[in-house]
Amino acid sequence: MIYIGARSIPIVVLTALFSGMVTSVQSAYQFSSWVPSWYVGSVVGNSVLLELAPMITGLVLTGRVGATIAAEIGTMRVTEQIDALESLSFDPVSFLILPRVVAGTIMFPFLIIIADVCGVFGGWVAATTSMDVTTYEFIKGFKTWFHPWDAWFGMIKATTFGFTITSIACYHGYYTRGGALGVGKATTTTVVISCVCIVFLDYLLAELFL
Amino acid sequence: MIKVNDLHKTFEGKQVLRGVGFTVNTGETFGIIGKSGSGKSVLLKHLIGLLKPDVGEVWIDDKLISAMSFRKLQRVREKIGMVFQFGALFDSMTVSENIELALKKLTKLSGSSLNDRVTESLASVGLEGTEKLMPSELSGGMKKRVGIARAIAIKPEYMFYDEPTTGLDPVMTDTINRLIKKFKTDERITTVVVTHEMLTVYDVVDRVILLHEGKIQFDGTPEDIKKSDDLVVKQFITGDSTLLLQESR
Repeated sequence: MIYIGARSIPIVVLTALFSGMVTSVQSAYQFSSWVPSWYVGSVVGNSVLLELAPMITGLVLTGRVGATIAAEIGTMRVTEQIDALESLSFDPVSFLILPRVVAGTIMFPFLIIIADVCGVFGGWVAATTSMDVTTYEFIKGFKTWFHPWDAWFGMIKATTFGFTITSIACYHGYYTRGGALGVGKATTTTVVISCVCIVFLDYLLAELFL
Repeated sequence: MIKVNDLHKTFEGKQVLRGVGFTVNTGETFGIIGKSGSGKSVLLKHLIGLLKPDVGEVWIDDKLISAMSFRKLQRVREKIGMVFQFGALFDSMTVSENIELALKKLTKLSGSSLNDRVTESLASVGLEGTEKLMPSELSGGMKKRVGIARAIAIKPEYMFYDEPTTGLDPVMTDTINRLIKKFKTDERITTVVVTHEMLTVYDVVDRVILLHEGKIQFDGTPEDIKKSDDLVVKQFITGDSTLLLQESR
């Protein structure tokens, strides 16, 4: 929980903050002549809650959490630590895999909430400092098209991504073969497959729930 | 007692074991030797149920472990201490946590009696005061000795050693050999040692088998193996790589 959740906060804050800022700047650039500037708050809010926070956080955590889990369990496999666990009558699945998958599934939504807040905050900072948008206008735009379901949808995505990333990482780590080469291969495979699954699930969930 | 019948195992088309069978009597120290890649460690992993045979049976105390469910196998494993080739210590835990993990799982010890058992186990392998060290801070020989301490801490009826002296200096090899003999005598444990060190065979085991091309090439005492006329056996115990070549000419 601590590794997957608390220690991921800095990278989640950083990426969400800049995602919100760039969304704000780019939408203002596209709106420049024919759309009122207060719409920026709406675009930032919807983009961050529905797409950017879950998606970018999911991809970033694939690298941070998924790769780490795959390398960790893979190293345990090739150095016979998993065999040692079994020889001591432990079930490696309930001892190694289950806690990581549960931690990922529970902690990802919390990280996405943080990403949501930071993303919107970043959008507000960019809008009010580098454009002609006041705080009142930004909040007006944000509130006008805000639907609580969008935030819940982001949570559904977060839970799904958390479960998917940790499950893929645990699977590839657990079935690692060979030495350091095998661990490297398991880690790379985890990151690649998780990224593909995230973009695919992102589309699938949108089709199902929106 | 351990009984192995007609064990076969194939990995990706390569036959590693081709009909291996033997019996290890209670209290006996049994050696399994053979060249690298001859299937010694694979055989040992079958004895603790980490691998399932393609064909054949493994019996421990009249229980057929080769066809057991995971839950039942866990109960059999409670009687077995396994020492892995490179220690297989859990590298996120300290030395004492490694031993405590085994004790908490397999015994009812807690509090000071648990700490006493950890200290006692480490003292028995000559590693007093290493409780707080991480595995990365230990030498190869120390890791193996902590592995032995972890296995012996649960007071097993069976001890399996996978290449316990490989890669160690002669003094450390002697230390490990003495430990194997000490635990066999003190605890009356049935011991299986996989090794390719003849010094360990002569010093420690009561009976030895030599695996060659997936089959048992020799089965007898360490004294018998010294007298064997079998060229494969002779080549292995002398380490003369040209012996079989000379014979074929």
